[in-house]
Amino acid sequence: MTGLAAAVPERRVLVRLADHTPALLGGLILFVTAIACFSAPLVEGLLGIDADAVNLFNRFQPPGDGHPLGTDEIGRDVLVRLLQGGQVSLLVGLSAAFVAALIGTLVGVCAGYFGGWLDSLLMRVTDGVIALPLLPLLIVLAAIDLEKLGIPAEIAGSEQMSLYRIVFIVSIAGWTTVARIVRGTTLSLKQRTFVRAAVSLGAGPGHIILRHLLPNLASPIIVATTLSVGNIILLESVLSFLGLGIQPPVPSWGNLLTNAQELIWQAPMLAVYPGLAIFVTVISFNLLGDGLQDALDPRSTA
Amino acid sequence: MSAYLARRGFHALIVLAVMSFLIYTLMGLMPGDPIDIMLSSEPDMTTEDAARLRALYGLDQPLVARYLNWLSALLSGDPGYSRLHGQPVFDVIGPAVLNTAKLIGAAFVLAAAIGVGLGLVAGAMPRSLRDYAINIIAFAGISVPPFWVALLLILVFAVALGWLPAGGMNLDGTLGGELRHLALPVLALTVASVGGYTRYTRAAVIEAMRQDYIRTARAKGLNGFQVVVGHAMRNAMIPVVTLMALDVGTLFSGALITETVFAYPGMGKLIFDAIMGNDFNLALVALLLATFMTLAGNLLGDLGYVALDPRVRLDEGTGR
Repeated sequence: MTGLAAAVPERRVLVRLADHTPALLGGLILFVTAIACFSAPLVEGLLGIDADAVNLFNRFQPPGDGHPLGTDEIGRDVLVRLLQGGQVSLLVGLSAAFVAALIGTLVGVCAGYFGGWLDSLLMRVTDGVIALPLLPLLIVLAAIDLEKLGIPAEIAGSEQMSLYRIVFIVSIAGWTTVARIVRGTTLSLKQRTFVRAAVSLGAGPGHIILRHLLPNLASPIIVATTLSVGNIILLESVLSFLGLGIQPPVPSWGNLLTNAQELIWQAPMLAVYPGLAIFVTVISFNLLGDGLQDALDPRSTA
Repeated sequence: MSAYLARRGFHALIVLAVMSFLIYTLMGLMPGDPIDIMLSSEPDMTTEDAARLRALYGLDQPLVARYLNWLSALLSGDPGYSRLHGQPVFDVIGPAVLNTAKLIGAAFVLAAAIGVGLGLVAGAMPRSLRDYAINIIAFAGISVPPFWVALLLILVFAVALGWLPAGGMNLDGTLGGELRHLALPVLALTVASVGGYTRYTRAAVIEAMRQDYIRTARAKGLNGFQVVVGHAMRNAMIPVVTLMALDVGTLFSGALITETVFAYPGMGKLIFDAIMGNDFNLALVALLLATFMTLAGNLLGDLGYVALDPRVRLDEGTGR
């Protein structure tokens, strides 16, 4: 291995990461959060309740007595809804980050390796996307009628489609960081002896990118993706909060807060829990990403 | 200088033109149709009437033709009427721009002052206790959902303490009333931006403190304050100003969230309501204006970069 990773063998990366207390803490919190969210059915069983069951005689219960965090405006258990919302938010966040990493890597490698007009075009587009007021444009994208694009009504209105759609929309905003970092690393890798040797031996661009560049781009891609997951989860929660992302009754941390604002005088704590969950998750991803960056690239300042 | 300005202005115009077509196309894909909306309020209209109306408004033409019609009308100063407000589009946008300018301006000044201050303190002494504390604050700032900050502020200052209004706009016309209504939105938007500014400044100061001129400044006997403020800060501010200018778009997105939560009548809420309420004319112009203001902010940032760094010569430079 050469490039960034060559300076730091895997074992030393782990040691450096272990030295980075905030990153370790972030990773641990994420692990626990994910386990907790995906054990929602277990919690439901243990408490002996059904989180989808509406019970208007049991609204706004205070914490305790079978409902550790109380009940919401139609009598559903707040804790279980929160954990189920976490499943959706984490899944959407991670899949969107994955899609964003794919787009970003493709754009970054092409711009960095081929250079010339392709590079200026792709980088101008990237700069443009970074500079735009993205949220209003994403709101338009989230609100457009898929049937007008020729997608049949039963598919356009389905639950799956709304998930794919939010993943797609959020990844549009998330790929730029990866693209810039990948382009920068590709530019420096291109000058190195092993790439030039491959070129002189007659290797084509496809072979060089897949066999020589991508393995060496792995660590910067991992860092950039980890750092962008936080933003992606934030963006999903904003769109869902505004009523344009995950549609109720499917819960997500963002849409759990939509009603909370109207109910803020009656049930103030409903506005606290989902936001706290987003905050803790996003800060954990950011700390983990920061630690990974330090561990993989000792020259960086942060 | 002027050649550079002309080139940047030209690029901004291209982006604006591309965006205007994109926005127009996307708005055409929104649920609902202007004529269907008219039909729903006029039960007497027949399908033939609808077809005639479509022809009258040019809605039966292909997309590019419709776009060019709209663009030429807009450029001749006629963006049409807002459906939601029942007023000409410009009359609706004017006050909203002013309100958002107040909100963004105040939040930017606050966030920049706090962010640069914290970043300087942290960057001057990396890996000190103070640096760690400030870093945690900065990480919290970039990780907190902006609409949740707004909700928490309402919870504390409006619900629990009852000191400030939970939203809306000042109606009594007094300065005190206006400030009371601005306080929470400004605070929410400040929290949303301050973390990023702190991190930019900290990184730039750490980078500057490694330079030779810092060693020289220390060697000639300047104290720590003089070194950091007089030498490191001046140089560190160059990249920070550029990053802040690039962030104008983010600031605007933050304003959309803040304004929606606080029901503050600015551009962000106007755009959101226009998109959700099928107000095509208003949404198109407002989105385009938001894009324009962001691009102008970026250009200003580049000019600030030149003003701050005498080494940068625009005529031969490649932009950033």
